[in-house]
Amino acid sequence: MTSQLWAKISPWQRWRERMVIRGLAFTAMVSIFTTVGIIFILGEESFQFFSQVSLKEFLFNTRWAPLFEPRSFGIWPLINGTLIIAIGAIIFALPVGLGIAIYTSEYATGWWQKVLKPVLEILAGIPSVVYGFFALTQVTPFLQKIFPNIEVFNALSASIVIAIMILPTIASICDDSLRAIPKTVRDGAYALGTRKSEVTLHIVVPAALSGILASFILAFSRAIGETMAVTLAAGATPQLTANPLVGVQAMTAYIAQVSMGDVAHGTVEYQSIFAVGLVLFLMTLAMNLLSQFIVKRYARKYE
Amino acid sequence: MNPIEGTIDSQSKSETAAGVKAGVAAGDEAALHPMFHNPRKLRLFKERFFYGSILLATLCALGFLFYLLFSIGAQGWEHLDMDFINNFPSRKPAQAGFKSAIWGTVWLGGMTLIFSVFFGVGAALYLQELSPKNRFTSSIQVSISTLAGVPSIIYGMLGLGIFVRFMGMGRSVLAGSLTLSLLIIPVIIIASREALKAVPDSMRMASFALGATRWQTVRDHVLPAAVPGIATGVILAMARAMGEAAPLIMLGALTYVAFVPSGPLDPFTAMPIQIFNWTSRPQEAFHDLASTGIIVLLGFLMLCNSVAIFIRLRWGRKL
Repeated sequence: MTSQLWAKISPWQRWRERMVIRGLAFTAMVSIFTTVGIIFILGEESFQFFSQVSLKEFLFNTRWAPLFEPRSFGIWPLINGTLIIAIGAIIFALPVGLGIAIYTSEYATGWWQKVLKPVLEILAGIPSVVYGFFALTQVTPFLQKIFPNIEVFNALSASIVIAIMILPTIASICDDSLRAIPKTVRDGAYALGTRKSEVTLHIVVPAALSGILASFILAFSRAIGETMAVTLAAGATPQLTANPLVGVQAMTAYIAQVSMGDVAHGTVEYQSIFAVGLVLFLMTLAMNLLSQFIVKRYARKYE
Repeated sequence: MNPIEGTIDSQSKSETAAGVKAGVAAGDEAALHPMFHNPRKLRLFKERFFYGSILLATLCALGFLFYLLFSIGAQGWEHLDMDFINNFPSRKPAQAGFKSAIWGTVWLGGMTLIFSVFFGVGAALYLQELSPKNRFTSSIQVSISTLAGVPSIIYGMLGLGIFVRFMGMGRSVLAGSLTLSLLIIPVIIIASREALKAVPDSMRMASFALGATRWQTVRDHVLPAAVPGIATGVILAMARAMGEAAPLIMLGALTYVAFVPSGPLDPFTAMPIQIFNWTSRPQEAFHDLASTGIIVLLGFLMLCNSVAIFIRLRWGRKL
């Protein structure tokens, strides 16, 4: 505010200045409104849901059958569906994503390195409905050749396309944290006579572990929140299973399924999607806070 | 195995990095890490194997990308003609087209652009340039970083609860574009703040020295200098919003719409929704239509992205 001590400002100008800043402060408050709105909407409808369905049934029943009699509201089959897809996706994506990050940050050089990163980013820009289409029309028929008894809707094809979708997230965050390791650290290792792969695996990757872990958690939270590919490829049969070859229903797929049908506002089916949404929100929130915490707490500073 | 190697192995297993240093200083070769005792050929093999596997990972990802684009292109190419663009969706695959979806996306895109730029860039200007550091601004920061990780379908639930039901907008273009705006505002804020951060402080100081107020400085100097960066961020965020189907499905937009919206309160469909609709049908003919739709959608998104790249190359890094 130093400038105002020197400049001659008319009261009108001062008033305008204040109004503009207040207006911009209001636009910034939209994010607070959005956060509060999400918590309020999810909380309010979930509250009504839990006045009809006990929390005990929701958390301890193992059958999810809200749309037909006899009804049952045990969340676990949906969580199981979400986790089996997300864990499968991470198992594919983590080694490949880390490999790509090591390649782009340590090995690739010149124009090839400059082109490689944006080209791989295209994978992140492709809409998820396209991945869903691809899973259904290309990945599943391919899997049917390998596993003849695989179902048309299965968790594995959803895992594969989600792995591709989250690859750029993992690759670009890992790439950044590998690049943040200073050259002196590498030179020190080279001076001891190590090979490049040994420097990378034994020195650089352990030093960048906090960033790698954060990318892993962030990608996992994205995989959990993914909707369209899961809805199209994994099916709509909520069940408790560890078999990736059968159809499962993820939390997001259930929410989408109910909202596509004609479910009236105020019914328990309608409220159930908000209860599921609340669980989804809390899971992704926990993941994101954890990844932020890891970056803050364990990031090493090199002077 | 000779006895000396045996002692090397047993010792080196317990040695840490600090031990290596001390050992070398003492001139004691026995303290070296086991990795130095691999035969030369094995180490060379490991080196090549490692290089080969990370190269393979990269090429796999690239190959997957090209296969995805190629297979969809090959499947949808034959339907891509003026009929597809000019016809409305239909139950008969031969007559079905993409017109209402294309225009729905154009309507959504235009209105989302207006809302999200106004609120996103405004918030970024406030947080980066004009705000004091206090509890209020730090709570805004926290909510932005929280929102950036919320799944898009939850924004759809928010839109359903607030815009469609509470405000009574119905399943309209307005409700859809407000929901998509909320989804990308955090992305735009983060990108715009980065662009504003890159404007050198000397510019602000010079403006203050000539007697400009804070807002005049921001409006006349900082903001124009940051426009290329902000525009790039906005376009990339818009490309993301235009590909989203989940929040719009939550609003109840998955209905048969055979007209072009004529105002913000009309019902709508959009390209990703129509693609989802066609994909979820069992008949092969609709899958072909879906792949044609994907070609149009991806073409549209790539146009957005190339505009962003063009802006970055043409006006970026001039400061």
